[in-house]
Amino acid sequence: MNNWNFQELHETPSQTGGPYVHIGLLPKQANIEVFDNNFNNNLLQEHTQGERIRLEGQVFDGLGLPLRDVLIEIWQADANGVYPSDADIQGRTADPHFQGWGRAGADFETGFWHFDTIKPGSVPGRKGTQQAPHIAMVIFARGINIGLNTRVYFEDEAEANANDPILKGIEWAPRRNTLVAKREERDGQIVYRFDVVIQGDNETVFFDI
Amino acid sequence: MSQLILGAYAQRNTDDHPPAYTPGYKTSVLRSPKNALISIAETLTEVTAPHFSADQFGPKDNDLILNYAKDGLPVGERIIVHGYVRDQFGRPVKNALLEVWQANASGRYRHPNDQFIGAMDPNFGGCGRMLTDANGYFVFRTIKPGPYPWRNRINEWRPAHIHFSLIADGWAQRLISQLYFEGDTLIDSCPIIKTIPSEEQRRALIALEDKSNFIEADSRCYRFDITLRGRRATYFENDLT
Repeated sequence: MNNWNFQELHETPSQTGGPYVHIGLLPKQANIEVFDNNFNNNLLQEHTQGERIRLEGQVFDGLGLPLRDVLIEIWQADANGVYPSDADIQGRTADPHFQGWGRAGADFETGFWHFDTIKPGSVPGRKGTQQAPHIAMVIFARGINIGLNTRVYFEDEAEANANDPILKGIEWAPRRNTLVAKREERDGQIVYRFDVVIQGDNETVFFDI
Repeated sequence: MSQLILGAYAQRNTDDHPPAYTPGYKTSVLRSPKNALISIAETLTEVTAPHFSADQFGPKDNDLILNYAKDGLPVGERIIVHGYVRDQFGRPVKNALLEVWQANASGRYRHPNDQFIGAMDPNFGGCGRMLTDANGYFVFRTIKPGPYPWRNRINEWRPAHIHFSLIADGWAQRLISQLYFEGDTLIDSCPIIKTIPSEEQRRALIALEDKSNFIEADSRCYRFDITLRGRRATYFENDLT
């Protein structure tokens, strides 16, 4: 045995989540009561720091019709821009009342999904740069062979967005707008609307991360 | 004293995965981007991921035979599925969240949108979850799912399969896929499996019969290992932050 025949492993190949993805990942939406603690779309705890926001939208196919069987997850930093993860190397303590992650299924009738969360702080980029506040999002569904990764930015962070290294890295400048959520206030609540277009006009930018 | 400094995850080898647009799997036609994905250099966002603690989980969360049983046991073949989660460099992936879901022995899902004539089982739910241990090991118990028909072409049938999802150490490792069972003849004709370009990678989704781990007068056993993307170490400049 010698090391010259070292072989790296191949990543397990992706397959679609299928139409019944809710059974495993959101059993309550499939009317299945199995778990005491269910994962959901509410990232807020009583003592979570930061500005409360609702993030909502729909996901559209190549005919402009909403996907009513889509599953969406988000991953984000806390209000100070720290990730509640062992892999965050900033040396700052993350908000102990924030997990940074949530999961939502679109409504079976309307295709609307939403998350209740906080607006994230700015996170360091590579080589001493600073990223604009953003939320990482991944989309799984029937017909989607490998999860689609995108990012949500905020329209009221125009200056930070203009300097964001990831947005600036998108060569086709008009496509950057597909990643910017629109702010509105509804009954005193701050709502960001973020629609995802999988295919066609104004197709959302998807990343290979 | 030296401390290991981790860089980015190795890039995803897109040739090892299905492309987005796969016309043989018809639903993908209107649900695949026309534009190429934009590859980015990873930041803290992509190398971090949420943590799940064991106390969030119930004692039967990984036992699909019992976790929905009401007035008796579910009907079907009793099987144990176990294996290891590693990264591409062979390191164990610890404390990863593994979630699974599946049809019952009839090939029928407990889901409002499944109208297949195959019988529901009042004692089978079809979902489970677990965390990998310090060696990357996982184990769960279930009823072997039946194949089921679906409308792609009109007489399409999925091989028996269990869906699975992993959330591990980095967001870049996020993965959903499906495992199949050794010897199922439907594997060769499935258009969803055929979206995977290479034979080797298609085989990587087949759980193997693990005969010496059968439990006498109780359960058979399948072995299934999962590989996630791995991080390189940094010995020179660290550009991640």
